[in-house]
Amino acid sequence: MKHAAAGSALAAILLFFSGLAAVAQDASEKEIERYRAMISDPLSNPGYLAVDRGEVLWAEKRGTKNVSLETCDLGLGAGKVEGAFAQMPRFFADGGKVMDLEQRLLWCMQNIQGLDTKDVVTRRFSGPGRASDLEDLVAFIANKSNGMKIAVQLKHPKEQEMAAVGEELFYRRGGVMDFSCATCHADEGKRIRLQGLPNLSKPGKQPQDTMASWPTYRVSQGALRTMQHRLWDCYRQQRWPVPEYASDSVTALTVFLNKQAMGGEINVPSIKR
Amino acid sequence: MTNVSKLAALQILIGVVTFSANASAQTAAKAPDPATVDAYLKSTFGKAPPEWQARIEPDETLKVCNAHRNEVPSAEADKIIKRELAKVAYPADGKLLGNWKEGQKVANNGRGGQFSDPEGTVAGGNCYACHQLELAEVSFGTLGPSLTKYGKDRKFDPDEAKNAYTKIYNSQAVVPCSNMPRFGANKVLTEQQIKDLVALLFDPESPVNK
Repeated sequence: MKHAAAGSALAAILLFFSGLAAVAQDASEKEIERYRAMISDPLSNPGYLAVDRGEVLWAEKRGTKNVSLETCDLGLGAGKVEGAFAQMPRFFADGGKVMDLEQRLLWCMQNIQGLDTKDVVTRRFSGPGRASDLEDLVAFIANKSNGMKIAVQLKHPKEQEMAAVGEELFYRRGGVMDFSCATCHADEGKRIRLQGLPNLSKPGKQPQDTMASWPTYRVSQGALRTMQHRLWDCYRQQRWPVPEYASDSVTALTVFLNKQAMGGEINVPSIKR
Repeated sequence: MTNVSKLAALQILIGVVTFSANASAQTAAKAPDPATVDAYLKSTFGKAPPEWQARIEPDETLKVCNAHRNEVPSAEADKIIKRELAKVAYPADGKLLGNWKEGQKVANNGRGGQFSDPEGTVAGGNCYACHQLELAEVSFGTLGPSLTKYGKDRKFDPDEAKNAYTKIYNSQAVVPCSNMPRFGANKVLTEQQIKDLVALLFDPESPVNK
């Protein structure tokens, strides 16, 4: 209850400030920054409810094998959650491919728990009255990398391929509007309508701030969202076809963006518009 | 150089030093072979309806733009202009100015072409996403130049109006590998909608010129 009230008050505050942005973009950006800093407190960020739900799901026995996910290897050894997200996506020898956290969770559900993931994938994005196991699990696991730096994995040839393809996709134009990621995210200080656009084409602070703040609680959607949702929504706005959830191009883009964001200090779930 | 930009330069320098391993990996990384990229695209978009997949198949022009990341050499640029200019269809009656009031709606409408749009959605030009137009509309983007007083600044010259029609119909017929959509050539907007936008820019009564 307390969380919900805090959430709606927060929504009102953010909406108020995004209204002000029309009048004084810079001043309100600063104010929004100030409020973001204030509400990054875990007690007032509703994204932490997803963290709590994810913690329960991680330990819950499910699937035909009736076991929890606690032996799932996220790259640092079976069951080790601390710091795992900071080094994902990465190559997993058992699956023979590079996976982001969502892909890895689906793999573990299928192979460790014997869980039919059809229902889990149907609920990949939460909505009113429909929780998403994957959003909750990502929130829990990513949160366990807080204070750590994004350390993209580029040792394995498949990881290098992911980074190279991700970069190619970042610049690839298409759809009826001829848009690529770079159309909006390759220049300094630009906005779309009133929304500021980070320049993700160069390594440094802007990609660091972006990638180190996902997953995030999105006030406008009333939901915790992960990078899977962010990129799905980018492709929607780019007028591209629907990207398949937890598929290779999405992971490739994530590897490329994390490469641009190397060294960014993770603090999630954050809270955004 | 201001202190702020000095600081920024310093940060970039620190960034370069800190991530030199990463930077060298980046220079060493070769562009992946096209078949590999296609396989990735197939895995992500391969289940979309065929007409949607066709939309991300780059045409001759986009192939060149993609290969050069929009910074095309002049010989290629000339070829693009020639190819794209041939795609521009001008109104049969030669009248380029429609109704600026309708143009306002087209400029403000950001719908159409998204997989979330219901079938039959009327597409807009979404001009305000990137351009400033009438001063009263404060929610404008900055990816493109400001177009306030566009017609007035050009003395309502009919040749300039024709250039504007060409630019909206097919931006790449004017600027090769422009970031701007090819609204007419890609059938995002109808001829009438484009004429209405030209009126928004060139009608002396349009609020863009006030």
